[in-house]
Amino acid sequence: MPIVNRIANLFRRSRVDGEISAELESHIALRIEDNLAAGMSPDEARRDALVRFGNRTATRENVSAADSALGLDRFWFDLRHATRQLIKSPGFAFTAIVTLAVAIAANAVVFSVLNVLVLRPLNLPGADRLFSIENSGEPFNSYPDFRDLLARNKAFDSIALYYIETAGLDSGGNPQQAYIYEASSNYFDVLGVRPYLGRFFHSSDDHGKDSIPYIVLAYPYWRTHFHGDENIIGRTVGMNRHQVTILGVAPPQFRGAELMYQPDFWVPVVDEAQVEGQYTLDDRGQQNAMLIGRLKPGVTVAQATGDLKSVAAYLKKTYPTNDDATVFSLVHPGLMGNMLGGPVRAFVAGLMLLAGLILLAACANLGSLFAARAADRSREIALRMALGSTRRRILRQLLTEALLVASAGGAAGIAASVFLLHALSAWQPLPQFPVNVPVNPDTRTYVVAALLAIVSGLLCGLAPVRQILRAAPWEVVKTGTAIAGRAKRFALRDVLLVIQVAVCAVLLTSSLVAVRGLTRSLNASFGFRPQDALLLTQDLNMAGYSGDRAVAMQRRMLDAAQAVPGVAAAGLIDDIPLGLGWSQTAVFKSGTSDFRDSNATAISMAYGISPGYLKAAGTTLLAGRDIAWSDDRNSPAIVLVNRAFARKFFGSVSQAIGAHFLHDKGHDNFLVVGVVEDGKYVTLTEDPRPAYFRPLLQSPTTSTAVVARTSAEPQAVATALHDSVRALDASLPFTLMTWDQEQSSALFAARAATVALGVLGLLGAMLAITGIFGMASYSVSKRLKEMGIRIALGAGKTQVLGAALGRAFRLLAFGSVAGILLGLAATRVLSFIVYQASPSDPVVLAGTILAMMTLGLVATWAPAHRALLADPSRLMREE
Amino acid sequence: MPKNDLQGSLDLLVLKTLAQRGRLHGYGIVLHIQRASDDLLQVEEGSLYPALHRMEQTRWISSEWALTDTNRKAKYYKLTAEGRRQLQQAEENFDQLVRGIRAMLRYA
Repeated sequence: MPIVNRIANLFRRSRVDGEISAELESHIALRIEDNLAAGMSPDEARRDALVRFGNRTATRENVSAADSALGLDRFWFDLRHATRQLIKSPGFAFTAIVTLAVAIAANAVVFSVLNVLVLRPLNLPGADRLFSIENSGEPFNSYPDFRDLLARNKAFDSIALYYIETAGLDSGGNPQQAYIYEASSNYFDVLGVRPYLGRFFHSSDDHGKDSIPYIVLAYPYWRTHFHGDENIIGRTVGMNRHQVTILGVAPPQFRGAELMYQPDFWVPVVDEAQVEGQYTLDDRGQQNAMLIGRLKPGVTVAQATGDLKSVAAYLKKTYPTNDDATVFSLVHPGLMGNMLGGPVRAFVAGLMLLAGLILLAACANLGSLFAARAADRSREIALRMALGSTRRRILRQLLTEALLVASAGGAAGIAASVFLLHALSAWQPLPQFPVNVPVNPDTRTYVVAALLAIVSGLLCGLAPVRQILRAAPWEVVKTGTAIAGRAKRFALRDVLLVIQVAVCAVLLTSSLVAVRGLTRSLNASFGFRPQDALLLTQDLNMAGYSGDRAVAMQRRMLDAAQAVPGVAAAGLIDDIPLGLGWSQTAVFKSGTSDFRDSNATAISMAYGISPGYLKAAGTTLLAGRDIAWSDDRNSPAIVLVNRAFARKFFGSVSQAIGAHFLHDKGHDNFLVVGVVEDGKYVTLTEDPRPAYFRPLLQSPTTSTAVVARTSAEPQAVATALHDSVRALDASLPFTLMTWDQEQSSALFAARAATVALGVLGLLGAMLAITGIFGMASYSVSKRLKEMGIRIALGAGKTQVLGAALGRAFRLLAFGSVAGILLGLAATRVLSFIVYQASPSDPVVLAGTILAMMTLGLVATWAPAHRALLADPSRLMREE
Repeated sequence: MPKNDLQGSLDLLVLKTLAQRGRLHGYGIVLHIQRASDDLLQVEEGSLYPALHRMEQTRWISSEWALTDTNRKAKYYKLTAEGRRQLQQAEENFDQLVRGIRAMLRYA
């Protein structure tokens, strides 16, 4: 009860105060009455009563203190006092709050991303027992291997298979391209999800090829494409011109076992032929599916790995051609095994480290701000101590102030991060692929951000405590500036500043390395020219073409494209280099009969192209001839190889022409008729790797891209190209974009890294500038009088500046050197993501030094100006 | 060992006053202590009121606003059950304290 009263009193303060006053007033009034009764004159009676009562204000305050002895009220008082103090120095308050808010926002955002991508398990029931199964360090397995794993393992409750595909879905009107998962029949049961509507398919439905003519819609797709129609279950729709029935709708949050991919619907993998136009589930060499398994309770990762080893041994013995080198391993699911997971985890962890450094810099900044402020207020504090205030009380007030700054900064930071994270969640970085990362903040983020804010606020508030505790009031009052005046070799503030400058230099170095890498990769030779080219990507299977009809249609598309005004050349390719899909094959020397992977001479990228592709793509033919339309199914199998292939396989370009090689199944003995330049095929950071190009007529596929080289601005030609292909078949879904746009997927990682580092670098620079500025202007204002005297005695500008800012510049130089050294070490990590991220790049080094110097100049400009303008006569008059 | 502080004697005086006189306002307490102690003890208002409020917070006494004989509003205090127990305790402590101090003074 009493505590409730006390808390209630806080809100009724004025009333309580009034009551106390009334009580004391009545006391005096009663005494006056008695005095009057005793025969005094009214004036005398009143005077006597007041004199006897003593100091009314003091008594009232003591009484109200007694009323709220618990301290809650005093905390309230401290808070109001602190607020008043902060309002009195808006510059300090603003700088401190913004500094903290920026650092907290950066940390909250990066932490959310870390939380979603690394810390938090998949949003699935019992996700801690779910593991991806990788094959020889890559997340791709074949369907027959999957069946064998399923049948022979003892460690998993079950294993599901899935992979990403595209399909044309026709729900009345023209088919639209959709992004889908093909999934094994036990998929939903292994992941442990329940349908939102209807039902899912199960193992019991699975009777082999084409046995489950059903699809399951993803919730967002159901909402956007079927208007959230509850009666959708059982409806028949066309998928790539095949009739399938909508079986169910997945729950809203469920998007499968990959974090970044939002599918439109799920198709049973046994219907592969309907989706892709070919059935490869019995081909053990077709390794393109990802596996996710749920461990049995009590089975450890090590035990499971051992179990899979025995399955791999069986596979190797039974199927030496395909499973010669099979090694299974368990990895964390969600990011395509370690393929994306490795670099993403490393990068996000690196970002977190940098964000931590930002926070450290902000803390250093805040610490020196608080320290400077404490020094400025030393006189006030000394006076209060001399007047009987306890140190504890003063400390408490300073801490309340720090806490107030921390809460304000933290709240602002969290608000900013919520805004940024919502934007980030809605962001679709790739135009041609539904990738996004839902990083909406959760409680964990808020807690971490709030904790960081409070802890850093308190730490910074505590920074000047030692100063205050040591201060002897009489000294301070006597000299005015005793606390700051002592020239210590290393003040805490100096150390903080050096740390901060170093952090800033680290961030600058890494962002410069990233930017430099990005520019380099934009200017690097890809082996093709993405500028001034359009890509028209389609899968004829979606409109029901197959076999000879597809080939004829491809030829028609190509002819139509070439006829469009402004198109200089056009050609077809099955997978766009540096695009999202690619295939590679083991290649063997002619005459080999042992087709195990271990006997392969090389692993080569494999492409199918039409005549005219090389010209359209801008790929140079180094030797031999281009392919021709006459190279069809009835003529000998021919191939173009790149320079790396020619060197590796045949020794030189000239030796390659006219030579032969085999690929994995040995069906064809390829004759090399030409050699083209090397290129980038999978990542920007890859070393030159072998690649070969076959005529599409000899390796037909329905899924191709028309590459159109334009002589005019590509956007201008796009409409005409769009219309002419639309005129060929209005029901064919396709995407049309410039090659530069398509490139964004290849450049995405480098761009994201550059942007993230750039933003952090900018924040770091901002913090360093405010830090140096604070330090410099503080030291100038402290020594302004001295400057005045020096100028009066005839000191030159350099001497004055040296005296005023020498220390700041020495600290800046020291911090920069330390930071650059650290940064060079740190950027080695970046070389995984950014093209040729070389830390020992003279441009980066020069750039960082230049940037740090500029930063120092900017930060010290105003204080230097002030020091130079110090007017001796005016300064001497003051005080 | 009981709490033997002389500072607690103001609390004792107030509690005893309220025990003897029932309901009383601050001014009345001052007068009563003065009279009952033959003008030997003068309670200062600056100490009395904080003490009253402190004892009210600790629930030894309770208060209410009421009119005096001369029709003036005043805040009246009275003992609570807990205050009565506290008074008994304080009296015992004080007796001990006085006995102890006497014995100390008599020691030769």
